[in-house]
Formats: sequence, structure tokens, C-alpha cells
Amino acid sequence: MTSSRTSASQQRPPRRKRVVLADRRGERRVPRTIIELEDQSSMGEAMVRGLVRAQLRTSLLLAGISVLVLGGLPMLLRWVPLLSEIRLWNIPLPWLVLGVLPFPFILLIGYAATRAAERHEREFAELVQR
Amino acid sequence: MNPWALGGVVLIAVGTFGLAVWGSRGARTTSDFLLARRMVGVERNAAAIAGEYLSAASFLGIAGLLLKDGIEALWYPIGYTAGYLLLLLFVAAPLRRSGAYTLPDFAQVRLDSGRVRTLATVLVVLIGWLYLVPQLQAAGVTLATVTGISYAGGIVLVAIVVLTGVLSGGMHVVTLVQAFQYGVKLFAIAVPVFVLFFVFLGDDAQHRRGLDQPTSPVFERATTVHIETDVRLRVTSPVWVKVLSGPGPERLSGPVRQDEPTGGTVYLAPGMHSVSADSELRFPAGSTVPVVDDAEPNNRAWLSPQDGDSYELFETYSLILSTFLGTMGLPHVLVRFYTNPTGRSARRTTLVVLGLLGLFYLFPTVLGVLSRFYVPQLLVSGETDAAVLLLPTAMLQGWPGELVGAITAAGAFAAFLSTSSGLVMSVSGVLFTDLLPGKLSNFRLVALGSCILPAALAVIAIGRDISQSVGLAFAMAASTFFPLLVLGIWWRGLTAVGATSGLVVGGGLVLLAVFLGAFLGDGYGWWSAVLLQPAAFTVPLAFAVTVLVSKLTARRVPENTGRVMLRMHTPDRLGFTRDRSAEHHAAEQDSPATVPSRSNGRHRLRRGRRRR
Repeated sequence: MTSSRTSASQQRPPRRKRVVLADRRGERRVPRTIIELEDQSSMGEAMVRGLVRAQLRTSLLLAGISVLVLGGLPMLLRWVPLLSEIRLWNIPLPWLVLGVLPFPFILLIGYAATRAAERHEREFAELVQR
Repeated sequence: MNPWALGGVVLIAVGTFGLAVWGSRGARTTSDFLLARRMVGVERNAAAIAGEYLSAASFLGIAGLLLKDGIEALWYPIGYTAGYLLLLLFVAAPLRRSGAYTLPDFAQVRLDSGRVRTLATVLVVLIGWLYLVPQLQAAGVTLATVTGISYAGGIVLVAIVVLTGVLSGGMHVVTLVQAFQYGVKLFAIAVPVFVLFFVFLGDDAQHRRGLDQPTSPVFERATTVHIETDVRLRVTSPVWVKVLSGPGPERLSGPVRQDEPTGGTVYLAPGMHSVSADSELRFPAGSTVPVVDDAEPNNRAWLSPQDGDSYELFETYSLILSTFLGTMGLPHVLVRFYTNPTGRSARRTTLVVLGLLGLFYLFPTVLGVLSRFYVPQLLVSGETDAAVLLLPTAMLQGWPGELVGAITAAGAFAAFLSTSSGLVMSVSGVLFTDLLPGKLSNFRLVALGSCILPAALAVIAIGRDISQSVGLAFAMAASTFFPLLVLGIWWRGLTAVGATSGLVVGGGLVLLAVFLGAFLGDGYGWWSAVLLQPAAFTVPLAFAVTVLVSKLTARRVPENTGRVMLRMHTPDRLGFTRDRSAEHHAAEQDSPATVPSRSNGRHRLRRGRRRR
């Protein structure tokens, strides 16, 4: 038994795990929750499911908004000819709407998505470390 | 021929190689590479991703399609950018944490099935080639325009350059080179846009009014057009044309009157006419421009989104679907994400990529609009992809025009150089691991094969639009890998059988559309729209089949699903992420930016040397 333990510790020193945890200020309880996750106990499983669901909900919501806005444009521009008569700086509105506006819009959605996803992850990590 | 442009192209080639050699010089050992990998910041990484992604389809193709189709073509740049948004929303961070390096890797990690892996390999190669062919076509067009050598000669030349770069190894290794390519491309599109736009503002005001009128574009001055491939022209108002050489126009509908005394002058009445290859036509100043049959002849319809049949709306939506969902399935896109150290940085990198792409895509639009005024002769020859290259000399006389032309030529060269070497690299890497693993000489063989075949295809398939062929690659990626990736990352119920059926159905249907499209030729109406942009049918179908078959085989959900989900979705700092490559081949760690197989081969070579 001792020999197997020494060989195991030679292959995978437990020190590495401690280094990772040393980053966090959380103490004794941290390993227990992480072990729960690692072992995929019903509680750990439920936590991961909750995280995945939260992330998916945000992603779907933001994807839905962008699909509605961008996907609505071809219809809108096609069925509302009035928009094509409007000009800004002598450029027809549809060209501005399709040539310029989508890019900052996409960037904005991407920024919101990054913020939300990182927030979910932070909450999850705090939950694990509580 | 423009000597300045030739100089620009040579400069880019030399600069890229030089930077590759200089950049890889310091990084010889494993630790060097590991260190570099951690130090590569989010911004540089994003610039590298954008640099590899902005292909000839972006640099030349968008302006070309704008010249031809008008406002509808603006959906290409929107889709190319929004594809990364969906990548950010659904794929980037979990994929990075899964440790998968390529799509076949992901299939194996997630589904633990050799069969899905093989199928994914086949599809990666197929998509890579579908994407590579138009890149090489663009290369042929660019070099033929710039240096005056033949189209096929240009393709062969570029294939050789790409192959040399890939085989010498330095090309793809260094993130710095790709980041540099982004800078080159942004510079090469932004500077001409600013210069030419001010030229345009200084020009006669009559140009600016012309676009409102429901008429065709007009030749500003007498113009000679050389026709390289057979074209069908639509004439809206009668025009006199002088046939300088070649067979000249033939009537398809509407009368042609040969006027004997003037010698070779032909009267084109409204209707369809065909002109065979190698004809040279001279149009007098002020005559309206006959346009190739798939281009928009009417300036007003070109300008506004209302006109056109209902199937054009379908085409637009299908295009939106394929570009939004297809980006995540392109072989050279995913490999780059591995350079990020964590899932969180992968996400942030993607966000910066969105900004960089959005910035770039503001510019081709302006060039596309300007080319409608200044190079309408491309609408006659059908070579609209050359618009960006010819616009500077058409607008500016003398050396300033040639200098600006040199800048765009260099940018175009950078565009297909970076994208096609990235593609050849990832395709041959995937082929190498799954088909002919082992010695480095095998890798050379595979790389040679994966470059020659698309080059041959590009020589044969002359005359198709770059952005459109790229669109098919996107449709293929969207119909196969989008369901696999998204369901694999977010749904526990995915089974290997379900994934296989989805890949087969999606890939098979797109292939069917490609072949039917090739046999039936270009046409109009619903059939041709569906065959050209099949994504609106194939993507939902493939998705539904994947879900349905997975549900039917619900008992065969892989056992390690829970563990993989845990690894993909938990925050990086909890430490569940484990690089597959770290587990299996320690060697792959030493160059995260290369395809694993390559470093694998190198590793073996090194080991062999050590033994000796």
C-alpha cells in the first residue's frame, strides 16, 4: 500500500493542486466542493447544470436579439420603401444601415455577452468557494 | 502591367517570410514556446485570428459582388463578422476548455467515437478545399491582373509560394506573422479608400447623381474590354460596339445588325447576347454598359433593396444563415483558438476580433460603390473580383494611381497568402494525424496533395465568383459542424449515432446542391437560388436529424458526458481544464500555433536524431 502511494505521488504530486488553490483565499471547504464536482455527485452535477443553463439562457437571449435585429433588416428594407428615400449626408439610409451600423451593434452584443458570461462564471466560482 | 504593384507583391512575400524566420528564431525549445504562448496578449492573438480570417473573399470579393449585385452584397461582410459573434456566444470558451485542437479532436473528446472522428476529418478536408479553391482563383486573378501572366500560371505560382511557406514551417507557427498580415490588409484597404474617396469628391458632380437614375452605368470614355471567358450579356439600351478581335457578340434574343462599311462594328439591340472567350470589344464614350447576366443592370435597383424577386429574399436569408453559423466550422478558425491560454481569454480574444473585423469591413463597401462609376467594363467581362485592383489606376492617372494600385495588390496578395497557408496547414495537419501518421516526409506528401488538388480545381473552375464559392464552404460548415459543436457543447443528450447522421445528412445535401448546381449551370428562379444558397434548408434539417436520432439512441449517451461538460463550462480558475494534448502527447505542447501532427512529426524527428 505504501509503495503504491509513493509511486502515485511521484507521478502526480498533490502539490500541484495546492498551488492552484493557494491562489484563492478560500480555505478548508474549497477542496470539498471541488471534490463534489470532480466526483460528479448529485450536488456537483446540479451545480454544473445550473451554470450551463444560465450561460445558455444568456447566449440564446443575445443571439435572439441579434437575429431579430439583423434578420429583420432584409424584410424591413424590402417592405418599407420609405426608408430608402431618407438620406444622411447624401447617402441613402439602407446603405448606412447595412454598411456601417451592424458592426458596432455586433460588437456591443459581443461585449454584453462577454460581461454576462464572466459574471456567471464568477458567481459559480463564488458558489463553489462558499 | 504595373511594376509598382509587382514590387508591392514581392515586398509582402519577402516581408512575411522574413518575419516568420525572425519570429521563429528565438523560439526553439519547448519552454520558449510555452512562455511565448502565455505572453501573447489578447490583442495580438485577435489580430492574428483576423489576419488569417480576412481572405481574398473579403479583400476582393466583397467589392466585386457590390459592383455586380448592389446593396444585397452587403450581407456578406455582415455575415462574416456575425459568424464570430455566434462563435463568441456559443463556442469559444467551452471549446478552448475542452482542450480539443481541431474539430475531429472535439468529436473524439465529446463523443468518444472513432467513427465520428473519421467523418469529421473527411468533412474538414472537404470544407478546407471548398474554401481553398476560391482563394487560389483570387490569386490567379490578382497575379494575372498585376503581372500579365496567365490565370493558370498565377495559380501555380501562388500554390508554389504557399507550399514553400507551409513546408518550411515558419509560416504558420508565429502568431506575429498573422497579426502582421492583419495590419497589412487594414492598411492596404484603408489608404486606397481615403485617397480614392477624395479623388471622387473632387471629380465632377455628375457621377454622384448617376446612381439614382433607373439606367445602366455608362462608359465615361471609350473603353476596350478583353473577354477572358464566355459571357452572356444583357443589353438594356442599344449600343454600338466595335469588335477588335475574336468572334464578337452573338444574338441570343433581340436582333444584331452587322454594319459592313465601318468594318466590325456591331449594333447591340436590347436583349441577351453572348460573347465567346478571347473577344476584344471597344465601346465608344457615353454608351451604356451591357452587363453579365447575373449582374444588376439598373442603377436604381442596384442602389435600393426593394427590387428583385421573392427568391432573392430567400437567397439573402440563406446567406445570412450560412455565414452566421458556418464560421465556427471552418478548419483554420478553430485551430487559432488554441493559442489562448484559457477559456476566458478565448472569449475576450473573440470580442476583439469582432472589433477588428468590423473596422476592416467598413472599407470594401466604399471601393465597391466607387467601382460602379469607374470600372464598369468589369461588368462586361464578368471579372468583377478585379475591381479593387483596377480601381486605383482607373481613377488616378500616372504614378499616384500605380502606387495606390500597388498597395491594393500587396493587400490582396497578403489576403490569399495568409488564408491559404492557414488552410493548407490545417487540412494537411488533420489528414496527417488521421491518415498517414508517422514521418515528416509523410507530412510533406500530404501537404503537397492538399495543395495540388485545389489548385487543379481552381484552374478548371474559372469564372465563378470568389465570394460565392466561399459561400458554399460556409454552407457546408454550417450544415455539418454547427449542429455538432453547439449540441455537443450545450446538450447532454447528444450521441455518436446522432452526430453521425447529422453530419451525413447536412454534408450530403450540400454536396448534392453543389453537384446539381454545377451540372444545371447558372440560371434564375427558385431552383438556382436553392442550389446556390442551400443553407436555409440544410442547416435546420441537419440540426433536426441530429437531435432526433440522438433522442432515439438516448441509451447510448457517452459515459463521460458529465465530465466533459464539467470541464467545458466551469471557470478556468477552478482548474478542471485539461489540455488533451498535455495528456496524450507532451510534444504537442511545444508549438501551440501549429497543427499537432506537424510538431508531432518534428518531435519524432528530434527524437530520432537524439537516438543517433
